[in-house]
Amino acid sequence: MDINWANVFDLATLFKCFLIGGAICIIGQILIDKTKLTPARILVIFVTTGCVLGGLGIYQYLVDFAGCGATVPLTGFGYNLAKGVIEAVKESGLIGAFTGGVKAAAGGIAAAIFFGYLASLISKPKMKKQ
Amino acid sequence: MKKIGKQTIKFDNPPTILECSSIVGPKEANGPLAKYFDQTLEDEFWGEKSWEKAESKIIKENANMVISKAGISSQDIDLVFAGDLLNQCISSSFGLRDINLPFFGVFGACSTFVESLSLGSICIESFAKNVLCATSSHFCSAEKQFRFPLELGNQRPPSSQWTVTGSGAAILSKEGIGPYITHITPGKIVDMGIKDANNMGAAMSPAFSDTLITHFKDTGRNPSYYDAIISGDLGYIGKDIAIDILKSNGYNIKANYNDCRGSYF
Amino acid sequence: MDPLESKKTYQDYVNKKSPNSKIVKNCFNAFWVGGLICTIGQIIFNICKERGFDTQTSSTIVSILLIGISAFLTGLNLFNKIGKFAGAGSLIPITGFANSIVSPAMEYKSEGYVMGVGGKMFTVAGPVLVFGISTSILVGIVFLIFNTQNITLV
Repeated sequence: MDINWANVFDLATLFKCFLIGGAICIIGQILIDKTKLTPARILVIFVTTGCVLGGLGIYQYLVDFAGCGATVPLTGFGYNLAKGVIEAVKESGLIGAFTGGVKAAAGGIAAAIFFGYLASLISKPKMKKQ
Repeated sequence: MKKIGKQTIKFDNPPTILECSSIVGPKEANGPLAKYFDQTLEDEFWGEKSWEKAESKIIKENANMVISKAGISSQDIDLVFAGDLLNQCISSSFGLRDINLPFFGVFGACSTFVESLSLGSICIESFAKNVLCATSSHFCSAEKQFRFPLELGNQRPPSSQWTVTGSGAAILSKEGIGPYITHITPGKIVDMGIKDANNMGAAMSPAFSDTLITHFKDTGRNPSYYDAIISGDLGYIGKDIAIDILKSNGYNIKANYNDCRGSYF
Repeated sequence: MDPLESKKTYQDYVNKKSPNSKIVKNCFNAFWVGGLICTIGQIIFNICKERGFDTQTSSTIVSILLIGISAFLTGLNLFNKIGKFAGAGSLIPITGFANSIVSPAMEYKSEGYVMGVGGKMFTVAGPVLVFGISTSILVGIVFLIFNTQNITLV
C-alpha cells in the first residue's frame, strides 16, 4: 500500500474540516430550532446558497480552507453543481449551463437513487420511539 | 329532543352507552391507562403488510369485540358511524366491509369519535334502536400521510403531537341503564391562525374552549357540576391554553379537567 | 386578558407558552456530529488522493460512500435515532440528503415498487434537486452573460 497515512490523518486538515463542517451544521440547527422551516426547506436554502456562492467564487475560499468541511454539507453539493456548470459553460457555452450541474452531481444522485431502491427491497420502516 | 341555547341539543329519552371497547398499540399499552384497554398489541403491524391494513384490522376487530361484549347480534344494530384520519376514511370503510350494516363515514379528525356518538345519539332519539360508533388512528399511517416518513432523521420539537395507535368503539342503545348521553353541543370551527404544523394543541384549543364555554352558557351549568371534563388530545400545551382561555371567560376548570394526551402516554 | 381577543394576541400568547427546544444542547450535538461526518469524509478524500485520484473523482467517491453509509443506517432503522439526537448534524451533510431519499423509498414500498418506491422516493429530497439544478442553470447563464470570471476564481 503506497498510502502516506501521515497525510491522510493530517491533524491540521482534519481539524479545520471538523470546525467548518460543524459550524455549517450549527447554522442549520438554529434554523431548525428558531424557525418553523421544515427539513426540505432548510435543505433547499442550503443547496441554493452553496450554488450561488459557488457561482460567485466565494465558496471556493471555504473549500480551499476546510476541504470536506465545506464540500460534505449540502452547501457543498450546491457548490459542486455551480462548479460543474461553470466548467461546462467554459467548454460548451450555453449547453454547458444545462449539462454541467447534473454531470457534476451525477455520482451522488445516482447513488442516492440506487441505494434508496435497494434499501426499500431489504428493509421495512419501524415505529418511532418517543 | 330539542335545541337549547345556541348550539346544544337536549335529549328527551337519552340514549344509553350500552358497551364500549378499545384496542391499542404497544406504546399506549405502556401508558398510565394500560389496564383499561380491552386489548393491546405487540407491534404496530399486527401481522399485516402495511400500516393502513393494520389500522383496518384494528377497527374491524374492535367493532367485533364491542358487539360481542354487548351480547347482541350485529343484525340488531341499525347503523354504523365510523371514521379515521386517512384519505377517504379507508381504514374504517375497508375495515368494516364485512360488518354488513348501513354505514356513515365520518371525518372529524380528532373529534371523530365524539362526532360519531353525537350523530348516533340523534339517530337513536329519532328512529334507531342500536348504533355502533367507532374510530381508529395509527401513528405510522398518520405520519406517512400527513408528516414525514418514519425513517427520516428529523428532530421533533417539544410541542409536536403523537398520534395514538388504536381504536375505540361504543354501542348506543335506545333502552338501557346508562351511562346516558343527555346533551350534545356540536362545536364551531375556530381558526386563530396557528400555522405551526408541530403545535396542534395550540391550533385546536380555541375551538375546544369555545365549544365548552357555549355548552356551559347553553345549559346554564358550571364546571363544578361535572365530576370530570375531558378533552381528546390537546396535549400539555393545548391543555394549559384551554385552562387560560376558560379562566379569562370566568370558568375555572383546573380542578376537574384533564386531557387524554396527558393520560395516554 | 383574553388570549382569543384577536388572531394576533392569540399567536403572541402561544409563542410565549410554547416550550423552547434546548437550543444550546442541540447546537452542540449538531456541531460535533456534523463535524465528525465531514471529518470522516475528509479521511476518505485523503485516502483517495493518496491513491492517485484527482480532486473531482475523490469528491464524488466521498459523496457516494457517505450516501451508501447513510442508506445502510437508514435501512437498519438507526439513522432516525441519530437524526433525533444530532438534528442538523446529520441533516445538513450529504447524509441528510441520502436519508431523505431512502426513508420515503422504504415507507412507500407498501404502495408498490413502481408507484410507491419509484414515484414517491423524492417527496422530501425533490425540492433539493429542483432548486439546486435550476439555480445552477441560472448561475451558468449569468456566468455566460456577465463572464463573472473576475469574481469567480474557478
